[in-house]
Amino acid sequence: MNTPQQTVGSAYFITKDSDKEESHTLSVLVDNEPGVLARVIGLIAGRGYNIDSLTVSEISHQKHISRITLVTIGTPQVIEQITHQLERLIPVHRVYDLTAGGPHIERELALVKVIGKGDARVEALRLAEAFRALVADASTEHFVFQITGRPTKIDQFISLMKPLGLVNVARTGIAAVSRGAEQI
Amino acid sequence: MAREFTGAEIVIKALAEQGVEHLFGYPGGAVLPIYDEIFQQNSFQHILVRHEQGALHAAEGYARSTGEVGVALVTSGPGATNAVTGLTDAMLDSIPLICITGQVPTALIGMDAFQEADVVGITRPCTKHNYLVKHIDDLAKTIHEAFYIARTGRPGPVVIDIPKDIQFASGPYQSPKKVGHSTYRPQLKGDQNDIRKAVELIAAAKRPVFYTGGGVINSGSAASQLLIELVKMTDIPITSTLMGLGAFPASERQWLGMLGMHGTYEANLAMHDCDLMINIGARFDDRITGRLDAFSPNSTKIHVDIDKSSINKTVKVDLPIIGDVAHVLEDLLRIWKDKSPKQNSKARAAWWQQIDRWREKKCLSYKPDAEKIMPQLAIERLYELTKHEDTYITTEVGQHQMWAAQYYRFEEPKRFMTSGGLGTMGYGLPAALGVQVAHPDSLVIDIGGDGSVQMTMQEMSTAVQHGLPIKIFILNNSYLGMVRQWQELLHGGRYSHSYSEAIPDFVKLAEAYGGVGIRAEKPDELDDAIKEMISVDKPVLFDCMVQNLANCFPMIPSGEAHNHMLLADSEDIGSAISEKGKVLV
Ligand SMILES: Cc1ncc(C[n+]2csc(CCOP(=O)(O)OP(=O)(O)O)c2C)c(N)n1
Ligand SMILES: [Mg+2]
Repeated sequence: MNTPQQTVGSAYFITKDSDKEESHTLSVLVDNEPGVLARVIGLIAGRGYNIDSLTVSEISHQKHISRITLVTIGTPQVIEQITHQLERLIPVHRVYDLTAGGPHIERELALVKVIGKGDARVEALRLAEAFRALVADASTEHFVFQITGRPTKIDQFISLMKPLGLVNVARTGIAAVSRGAEQI
Repeated sequence: MAREFTGAEIVIKALAEQGVEHLFGYPGGAVLPIYDEIFQQNSFQHILVRHEQGALHAAEGYARSTGEVGVALVTSGPGATNAVTGLTDAMLDSIPLICITGQVPTALIGMDAFQEADVVGITRPCTKHNYLVKHIDDLAKTIHEAFYIARTGRPGPVVIDIPKDIQFASGPYQSPKKVGHSTYRPQLKGDQNDIRKAVELIAAAKRPVFYTGGGVINSGSAASQLLIELVKMTDIPITSTLMGLGAFPASERQWLGMLGMHGTYEANLAMHDCDLMINIGARFDDRITGRLDAFSPNSTKIHVDIDKSSINKTVKVDLPIIGDVAHVLEDLLRIWKDKSPKQNSKARAAWWQQIDRWREKKCLSYKPDAEKIMPQLAIERLYELTKHEDTYITTEVGQHQMWAAQYYRFEEPKRFMTSGGLGTMGYGLPAALGVQVAHPDSLVIDIGGDGSVQMTMQEMSTAVQHGLPIKIFILNNSYLGMVRQWQELLHGGRYSHSYSEAIPDFVKLAEAYGGVGIRAEKPDELDDAIKEMISVDKPVLFDCMVQNLANCFPMIPSGEAHNHMLLADSEDIGSAISEKGKVLV
């Protein structure tokens, strides 16, 4: 139910939504056909929703099904809208709101390039070991670390590398599944 | 081995098998093979329009007045881009359409070839779905699937983009398979428990109101019948959106008139003060709700909609029911009759008394004028003189559209075709063409404005060529009247570019096209002129010269709630909208 407020509203609704914004991870199962990603992204851009992270890959070659994992931010009402709007797209099988669905696992991979010499270099390598990052490439001047884990862990690793000669980062975006013996 | 057909032949076969009898189109290089097949077949009739936008609106009028899928055929590039307005219009008003577009040969796609446009890219946001057919083997299946998607669930436009080489290629033809789709499965039946809850809420309500929309009409004639039964049985007042007019007969006592920005006083106040709102197939559009935070503040809300994304989109509801209107109403009526719940007759009587007091405001009254034809009078007379005919009404967009919705009274669904969601000037004339094609012996009238009709006027030529005696009833106020009204309200009466100085002589224009022109300038000429228009068996441009500064009331101004309405006798409309409201549209 709406409660009347003092603000002047509009024939076009531009009053502020007082609900808090939340970050949700959605898992979108789609037919892997040409243009399907454009449909999903176009819908999100066209309706003014946010994307914080997006990953896409085919998960069943036989059935041509891809899984799109996207992280978005919005009020509960907006998140519900995004879910239902995505479900309206013809090639979309189902949309699972993993965040609303309960505990789930999120993982991301990042390649982190650090250039440095001397103490900084030693420190970078020490931290990488502490974070269980692998050395994917190295020379006497640089390292490329490969780190996997929760996005927050990767954020933290990157911020620690900053003073140690961080020059570049490539992140895959989040892959996510629900915990437990559920199918999602 | 199964017989092979060319792509163009497959298109024709598939359309025929889908029951298509009429096709609105315009040829060009990229669809010539299909046109060649059209020349050699007689399963359907092709209506040559004068602009692709006209083909799409004609297909819309055809679809809305029949409940069938409307079909358009256009060429690549400019043909397809000209179709975009019609597609968007159909998308917003949930009209089932198929639009076949020619495309450059597959090998040239992406090469900036002559008349190439990224049609699936351009039309992605303005269609329910679209296809680029890259393999001849997919063609028949794609066309059948497109029809299924266009007509089921929440209907909408579907584009099939067919490269020219696919039209020439040979492949097998397949008949439509069993209905169904691997990912697209519209939900028709509502949740029974929720419907039971709805019955309880309705029975217990003290001040209920039905708020119905285009979904009732899209659901088919049965839905209207069920709605009438439900409303009469429960004796609950009912209002409707622009798109839903006709689903419930305007002559019944429960009818409150249209609601929303230009809705009636009684409809809007009933919405504002109700304790239970029963939304059936409407979508809480912003022209309906006005100021959202003051929209029906104290009501419990039930929302029946086939599209889950309509639920809680703008207005949070208490009891959503996902399903097709006819299915849900059927279950609701059955449960109601099983239980025969007792309604609170005392509270209901008080509610009706309140409504009668609002009705006494006579919000649609206007000052008569002895010299000039008042636009409201023109519609009233048009209604009186055509109500016993088999009449279909389309409109353009502007003041005349709102006057049509207010003063013409619709008794049946599918009789009123208007551009509600997109508000497309130029919709009504070609839409009337489509309606006339579907109903050749009916009286089809486009209530137009002098501005709007000039956007698609060239379709008069189509009407003459195909012997379609559409009547274009123009409320000529020499203004882009609705723009002028807003400028009067919001911009200190500075009429920036809303006055048309060089309006053509519509009578001569009609004659130039080979139609008939009729003009009425005085109230006492009106009836005879309208009768003449009805009797003419040719396309007519009726130039109805009306009082040119009349405004459309009631009106809920920007930034206001339903209970703050401007009525016809409001004195100074220039100061009616608050400073804050003026920046809103
Ligand atoms: C294609 C398009 N362009 C612009 C508008 C904005 N618009 C809405 S109503 C209107 C004026 C319509 O004038 P007219 O057809 O003469 O109708 P009246 O309001 O005078 O009855 C305009 C310009 C629109 N709805 N559609
Ligand atoms: Mg005008």
